[in-house]
Amino acid sequence: MILTDTWKWLVDGANWSGTDGILHRLEQHVIYTLITLAISCLIALPLGSWIAHTGHGRWLVSLANAVRAVPSLGLLCILGIWASSHISGDLALTGPSIAVLVVLALPPLLAGAYAGVTEVDPAARDAAKGMGMTGAQVFAKVELPNSLPLVFSGLRSASLQVIATATIAAFLGIGGLGRFLLDGQASGEYQVMIGGSVLVAVLALLVDLLFALAQRYLVSPGLTGRRVRRHTAGTGTGNLDPATNLDGEKATA
Amino acid sequence: MIRFEQVVKTFPDGTTAVDHLSLEAPTGKITVLVGPSGCGKTTSLRMINRMIDPTGGRILIDDQDVMDVDAPKLRRGIGYVIQHAGLFPHRTVADNVATVPLLLGTPKAEAKERAHEVLELVGLPGDFADRYPAQLSGGQQQRVGVARALAADPPVMLMDEPFSAVDPVVRDQLQDEFLRLQSELGKTIVFVTHDIDEAIKLGDQVAVMRVGGKLAQLAEPAYLLAHPIDDFVSDFIGRDRGYRALSFTESPRLPLAPEPSVALGATVDEARAATGDDWLLVVADGRPQGWIEPERITAPIEQGMLHRGGTVATEHGPLRAALDAALSSPSRRGVIVDDDGKLLGTVRAHQVLSAIERADRPEVHEEDIAPTESVGEAAP
Ligand SMILES: Nc1ncnc2c1ncn2[C@@H]1O[C@H](COP(=O)(O)OP(=O)(O)OP(=O)(O)O)[C@@H](O)[C@H]1O
Ligand SMILES: [Mg+2]
Repeated sequence: MILTDTWKWLVDGANWSGTDGILHRLEQHVIYTLITLAISCLIALPLGSWIAHTGHGRWLVSLANAVRAVPSLGLLCILGIWASSHISGDLALTGPSIAVLVVLALPPLLAGAYAGVTEVDPAARDAAKGMGMTGAQVFAKVELPNSLPLVFSGLRSASLQVIATATIAAFLGIGGLGRFLLDGQASGEYQVMIGGSVLVAVLALLVDLLFALAQRYLVSPGLTGRRVRRHTAGTGTGNLDPATNLDGEKATA
Repeated sequence: MIRFEQVVKTFPDGTTAVDHLSLEAPTGKITVLVGPSGCGKTTSLRMINRMIDPTGGRILIDDQDVMDVDAPKLRRGIGYVIQHAGLFPHRTVADNVATVPLLLGTPKAEAKERAHEVLELVGLPGDFADRYPAQLSGGQQQRVGVARALAADPPVMLMDEPFSAVDPVVRDQLQDEFLRLQSELGKTIVFVTHDIDEAIKLGDQVAVMRVGGKLAQLAEPAYLLAHPIDDFVSDFIGRDRGYRALSFTESPRLPLAPEPSVALGATVDEARAATGDDWLLVVADGRPQGWIEPERITAPIEQGMLHRGGTVATEHGPLRAALDAALSSPSRRGVIVDDDGKLLGTVRAHQVLSAIERADRPEVHEEDIAPTESVGEAAP
């Protein structure tokens, strides 16, 4: 039975240790993902906010979305072949892989930051200025916190994208969980292939869960319409007017 | 005092929104800018706190040209109530209100305390403070908008249609509270509305603007009603001008007739013995409660039996209230009370009318008699 074989492979402690072990592969996968997300955020978040703020360079957002249509495997191969003839050492493999992953992560992040800042209620922005906030204060105190829901949804779809695509990067020989798919196929051990896929899926879910928690913590309840816990305990009137309360679960879904 | 000197605003697209506007908003008074949509009210208001920079002329606050002050600093010193409130959706009501004090460097705890104080002032008790704007009704949001503008206790307030997004009943209530608040606070207020009734109710002086951003007339409400300077202003002010103007004429000493009355709980016989008339006034603690018809009752008088159509006017209130009391009373006798609400007597419509005939009408200002080319010039 393939499923029981997969289960046996997953729970076998021997498969978890060593340089070919699950733990090491998992670590590689997570590190590539984190490096990619960090680089992409550093590029996309300021850029997206700047585009939204100034209205300059909206074509960049469209371009980024067009790039999404390019097949990631093809892009990866081209970059890999090009890099191996131009760069030597470890970087020849990891460099192009991470570059491709960044290219894939940018569009959702850029779109999220752009839409997030664009869709801040103009009246709130106007009020912030009218209360005497400087340009930087308007950004930090009003635009940024109000754009967080969309920034987070961009971040979450970028992270899913990166975790999935990092699997393919194993073709370039950079390791990560994708190796199990390659090795399993090569040796005909299908339980290894399936086990590797399961691990990728579980990792993706866990990371998404982490971001969901962070989002819950960082995004103001005033924006998500989550029920606000009242601190005035004991009044018995803690329930909010249902008519004015927003749809409870919309933003965390 | 805020002074507009020949202020012009022409937008880059060529629209002249404000055209050589000159007017003065005196310290401690409410100046209302009113006019049809697109006449440049908002633009005029926003030039005071430099949300828009004028292209000509200048605006002085206490003799200081606003263009000489750093814009964010200027704005922190001026309360600004934005059309449709414009609250920060991600901040609680208390944090919204504490915005300007925090920008000014007030310690957090102190700013929070101040926020609660101001919220109380605008009629939003403690448990609203932790809500978010999305959990408030339109009227409540507008109150928060007013509270936010008041929080740093600025001497000058700019208010852009602050009561527009609510139904007439709530608007009336907000206006009354606003006037009560202003009588305590005595701010210098520039108030924008397109509702002439609101302008007349709230303004110490009213500036009527016409499309194209020109000042049509600047006057006290009573004067405006009595002497609109031209057809545009009289059309804009609308109907019932004569009757509405009575709101501003204090009642002279009216010839009050003593009115027989019985207290709540009086028996049928007591009620019938009290008067020979069809209608009898019922009081509680000396305060009028309503009218009854003694011939029609069969049991001791209770609240539920009273006819409540009649309004009550105070002795030194406006003539409009006295006339209305007489017109609305089922007995045709208008009930007049003292400042404590105790019955003084009644007055009949013809007596109020002759008082009206004797009352002074606002003097016509000389320059209003023959309107010249310079309609932009204001009556003082
Ligand atoms: N940024 C802008 N660029 C060009 N024209 C503008 C701009 N802002 C306002 N205007 C024009 O200036 C005129 C006055 O606008 P303003 O907003 O001051 O009117 P308003 O009296 O406040 O009207 P409303 O009662 O509808 O709020 C209008 O014709 C408007 O179209
Ligand atoms: Mg306006």
